[in-house]
Amino acid sequence: MRADDVDDDDDLPDRRATLARLARASVPWISIGVLLLAWELCVRGFRIPDYLLPAPSEVWSQTWALKAAVAGHTLATLKTIAFGFGLAVAISLPLAVLVTSSPAVAATVYPVLVLVQSVPKVALAPVLVVALGANEMPRIVVTFLVCFFPLVISVAAGLLSVPSEYIELCRSCRASRWRELVRVRMPCAVPFLFSGLKVAITLSVVGAVVGEFVAADEGLGYLIQSSTAFFKTPLAFGAIVILALIGIVLFQAVVAIERAFFPWSVSDERFRD
Amino acid sequence: MIRLQGISQVFRSRDGARVAALDDVDLSVASEQFACIVGPSGCGKSTLLRLVAGLIAPTRGTIEVGGRRVDGPREDVGIVFQKPTLFPWASVLENVLMPLKLMGRPTASHRQRAMDLLEMVGLGGFETRLPGELSGGMQQRAAICRALIHDPPILLMDEPFGALDALTREEMTLELLSIWQERRKTIVFVTHSITEAVLLADKVVVMSARPGRIVSDLDVALPRPRSFAQEGLPEFQAVAASVRASIFSRRKGGADAR
Ligand SMILES: Nc1ncnc2c1ncn2[C@@H]1O[C@H](COP(=O)(O)OP(=O)(O)OP(=O)(O)O)[C@@H](O)[C@H]1O
Ligand SMILES: [Mg+2]
Repeated sequence: MRADDVDDDDDLPDRRATLARLARASVPWISIGVLLLAWELCVRGFRIPDYLLPAPSEVWSQTWALKAAVAGHTLATLKTIAFGFGLAVAISLPLAVLVTSSPAVAATVYPVLVLVQSVPKVALAPVLVVALGANEMPRIVVTFLVCFFPLVISVAAGLLSVPSEYIELCRSCRASRWRELVRVRMPCAVPFLFSGLKVAITLSVVGAVVGEFVAADEGLGYLIQSSTAFFKTPLAFGAIVILALIGIVLFQAVVAIERAFFPWSVSDERFRD
Repeated sequence: MIRLQGISQVFRSRDGARVAALDDVDLSVASEQFACIVGPSGCGKSTLLRLVAGLIAPTRGTIEVGGRRVDGPREDVGIVFQKPTLFPWASVLENVLMPLKLMGRPTASHRQRAMDLLEMVGLGGFETRLPGELSGGMQQRAAICRALIHDPPILLMDEPFGALDALTREEMTLELLSIWQERRKTIVFVTHSITEAVLLADKVVVMSARPGRIVSDLDVALPRPRSFAQEGLPEFQAVAASVRASIFSRRKGGADAR
């Protein structure tokens, strides 16, 4: 076998892999494109009225026409998500540490957590409005409630997932509980934290919209409600699309943060698959 | 250096049944001696090491290390586990320095020592890699460096090469010998391999299973430095044969008694 033969053999799978990756990456876009096209053609072909099912082009033009207002609503929703999600992260991490600190604490705190979790948040929203007033607080609290439970559970599971050898290493070095927590348990919980964050960030969008449905004068949830009330269905569709985009972008942001700062956590996950 | 007297260890399993892991074990390992423990799976070898490390307290009996009674974990031992158990989030260098960090000691002054240790086991240049990027054998070598970082006079090794392939295993055996030659330590080394035990040890301790007892305590008087070339020598074969005999005589004896 000649040397350049070897080279060719090396090159070929590489090029093929790149092509395959490109093809795989383009498939979702193609399918979305086809779907939108079919949607557009159906609506036009069957002359479906706007208020029942608007064509994609109609959704775009009506949403774009009100771009300043829509941007304002989007910003309001983002604010609710940011505060609710941030609050959930800030409270759930220490709570998870507390829950895993001793069986007695776990036995006390867990039932309360489960109780809170089993209350439907949608049902809670109107009550919160009465209690907290018609401002952004009820929305933030609903968002918080929706996403903090999966965070606590996954981080607590992570803190308890430490292999027994790690704990023995800590004990043999006479590490204090604090050092054991910071140096070993917390890093061990990082992959679990991120799977919790991925669930929570998606739920936080749901929480924000639920909050805005119940009581708000701004936000994409409010926009959907007010525009459907006046049969401005295309605008409602526009808001829904923006919500979906927010969900996707925030989810990908969490993925990107994990990749950038905790690459070992990501590769670990890939091995597990 | 290490003395176990009348050690019995009873575990309570989850269903409440009592498991006698060790029964009336007497063992002493002299200072700077290399002791190997061989025995069937489940005979309490790991339990023995954890007792010496002070990670668990014996049900009965006393353990002394360096003339002082063991009543808790001690910083003068280094432990190498069966699996490398490196932290996947920390670089190789940080992993080696981890015991110091866990002890709350400064690490800056030990950086050079960690580098030297890694260099010694052939991991020079891998300091900044994550454990996930290393092969199993390289990880175990890093784990040995980690056990050596605070220069403990006692090294407890629980089947450290158990998960390695035969070639890497032989290489690591020689590496451990050269480490020990350089910095003499008291080593208690658990293994399943008779050859490995005879090649490494000053004395080989054979244990029996359920409950774990010490069957025999054989001195290995082969000249040092040792190498795999000695494996073919009649002296080596004689020691290996007597270790093998005491493992299997015990088994046959047990079968007869039943
Ligand atoms: N924490 C524990 N709780 C209950 N039983 C235990 C515990 N640790 C060990 N044992 C029991 O004690 C016995 C000895 O265990 P040990 O791990 O010391 O064996 P070993 O000789 O190291 O075995 P191997 O060679 O397979 O590693 C086993 O029967 C095991 O089931
Ligand atoms: Mg064992």
